[in-house]
Amino acid sequence: MVRRSRVPNEEILTTANALRWEIGEDLHDSVISDLYREAERIAGSVTVRKGEKRRFDFDRTLDQILTSPWLGFPTMFLLLAAVFWLTIEGANVPSALLSSLLVDQGHPFLKSIGEVIGMPRWLSGPLFDGMYLSMAWVVSVMLPPMAIFFPLFTLLEDFGYLPRVAFNLDFFFRKAGAHGKQALTMAMGYGCNAAGIVATRIIDSPRERLIAILTNNFSLCNGRWPTQILIATIFIGVLAPPYFAGAVSALAVVAVVLLGIAFTFLVSWMLSRTILRGTASTFSLELPPYRPPRILQTLYTSLIDRTLIVLWRAIVWAAPAGLVIWLVSNIQIGDASLAAHIVHSLDPVGLLIGLNGIILLAYIIAIPANEIIIPTVLMLTVLLHGIVDVGIGVGVLFELDSADAIASLLHAGGWTLLTGVNLMLFSLLHNPCSTTLYTIYKETGSMKWTLLSAVIPLVIGLGVCFFVAQIWRIVAGG
Amino acid sequence: MTQKTIDQCEICPANPNAKLVQLGPDTNAHEYVIALAGNPNVGKSTVFNQLTGLRQHTGNWPGKTVSRAEGAYSFDNKRYKVIDLPGTYSLLSTSTDEEIARDFILFGQPDVTVVVVDATRLTRNLNLVLQILDITDRVVVNINLIDEAQRMGISIDARGLSRELGVPVVLTAARSGEGMPELLREIAIVATGRIQTKPFRFATTSRNVQRGIDRLSKMIHRAFPSIPNVRWIALRLLEGDQSIIDAIRLDELGLLETLREKEERVRREGAEYGQA
Repeated sequence: MVRRSRVPNEEILTTANALRWEIGEDLHDSVISDLYREAERIAGSVTVRKGEKRRFDFDRTLDQILTSPWLGFPTMFLLLAAVFWLTIEGANVPSALLSSLLVDQGHPFLKSIGEVIGMPRWLSGPLFDGMYLSMAWVVSVMLPPMAIFFPLFTLLEDFGYLPRVAFNLDFFFRKAGAHGKQALTMAMGYGCNAAGIVATRIIDSPRERLIAILTNNFSLCNGRWPTQILIATIFIGVLAPPYFAGAVSALAVVAVVLLGIAFTFLVSWMLSRTILRGTASTFSLELPPYRPPRILQTLYTSLIDRTLIVLWRAIVWAAPAGLVIWLVSNIQIGDASLAAHIVHSLDPVGLLIGLNGIILLAYIIAIPANEIIIPTVLMLTVLLHGIVDVGIGVGVLFELDSADAIASLLHAGGWTLLTGVNLMLFSLLHNPCSTTLYTIYKETGSMKWTLLSAVIPLVIGLGVCFFVAQIWRIVAGG
Repeated sequence: MTQKTIDQCEICPANPNAKLVQLGPDTNAHEYVIALAGNPNVGKSTVFNQLTGLRQHTGNWPGKTVSRAEGAYSFDNKRYKVIDLPGTYSLLSTSTDEEIARDFILFGQPDVTVVVVDATRLTRNLNLVLQILDITDRVVVNINLIDEAQRMGISIDARGLSRELGVPVVLTAARSGEGMPELLREIAIVATGRIQTKPFRFATTSRNVQRGIDRLSKMIHRAFPSIPNVRWIALRLLEGDQSIIDAIRLDELGLLETLREKEERVRREGAEYGQA
């Protein structure tokens, strides 16, 4: 082999450095403009456009509205409110249908079968009154809103609206020291926080990715939508005249969503100034063309990929939780059930922060899945306040036909408007569910960040509820 | 296009030598490595799914693909491993995802880089194509979303574009599978080295820049005689690209010397293939 004369590598670098100074700053710009010129020439020579450019103009006009400094946020707000309003209004009828089918008819039917084959109560109780009913409740309450909310959301996504949201919010994320793409992962979190955590992989910088992970929980996930919608209907919708009730409830939910966004910014800002210090990195985000949403395909995929998968998860978690609820309210210790003992010891803390012991116990039972908060709360309320004329029996999860019935039950259980408002706040601000925590652990590989992502929202939630309760009591004089 | 009848035979399911078999995640014993590059949201994952039979999540916003996907297929009794690279607008900036794509094309030495292009945004997409052509000559340009372009009244002259770029150009609508047989065939032809591509290299207008590139290219060529894309490395050095500077300093560009040997192996196999 012929020995070649090697130029020392350092010499190449020195020469490059010297040349760089000679050429000056405009190198990058000059190369880019050469590239663009050639690309434009080639594209022009092989592309034939016939007819008008109407579609392009349509895209531009729409972008001028949707991403305008003045109209961008109001349209975002209106779209959000419209989606919730459609969900709230649309879910009522199928929800009532499903509950009459699964709960009013399905449950007695199963129990009668159990009696016919001579099943003992220690078996039929946990099986039908605990596990079956909690699953039936989850299906009838969650399926209709999800079957409306997810397709609507996916249609917006398919249309190309998500990148516009990211565009609008980018300024605030940059101010908060976070990455603009966090708007996209935040939006994914509205479906499911675990999915939102996985989506943070689009953020390159580890620092900004951690911020996105730690704050994703401030996006209300589908497990918490039913709670928000129901409580807003019961406690806030009723304050308005009947024909406005739906709209007012929707606005209350939008307010909670916006509060969540505000906390996302606030906590991101605090993190990027303390334990995750640094400056925001730049990135480019394409505003893709608006595409006419493929309605049938969207319906199919959002029902199969999202609704059914999420629903299945809820059912899987609801069954064991239903069992636990049945057990704690049927195991007697001394003169009261285990549940009663726990609730009474949690009551002082609960009342201090404008909630009550029942809600706190429900949140402990529902750590695996936020979906079952409301049934757990209702069942414990009935049990512990000795209300006998509703529900099916002690320790039984039940469905109440209308929001009115739930309202009168909760009022009887000592609930006030403050309890409702604080439950909505606490539902937004508490630790993520166990699936999300596990996902955070898998993505970060760190116990520290996993713990932090649970502690931060929980402390904020307890603090906010306490604060609201104190102010409320001073103002209301109660 | 002119060889329509031959195409049809080569891709006909009845022809046992030219059948596409989607191998899903099984990338064992592959003979060729195919990289899918392109701007975000042009349908790379859809092309990937069509080739491998996998079901990567596809969606209508940039950044949907969060993890690098690998899959495989076999065509004409040859096994291909496909790598879905992160979407990137350019190889000139220094963000992490763009570095991943660039380093894979440069150092991962794929046998073919398929650049997926949005037919409705040809100009902007060609910026990336031209940059990739500067790095490697084993390129197939896949103009995707032609159905959408048709709806917008845009038609693209694939043969003219192929002449301009010096590499094969295939029109597809990957969502409906249109044009996939042609894409498979062009990938096979470039992978086996049956045609020699003559990639377009864009010219620099600034005389200062050109002088710098010439001078550096010569030095790099002397130090690393087997590197095919000295011009591009010279340009990156002038721009102060830290990862290239490091590679020169640590002599890692030497890794590229294997590229020549590999090219020769591929060409040898291509010749055998031609005789068979």
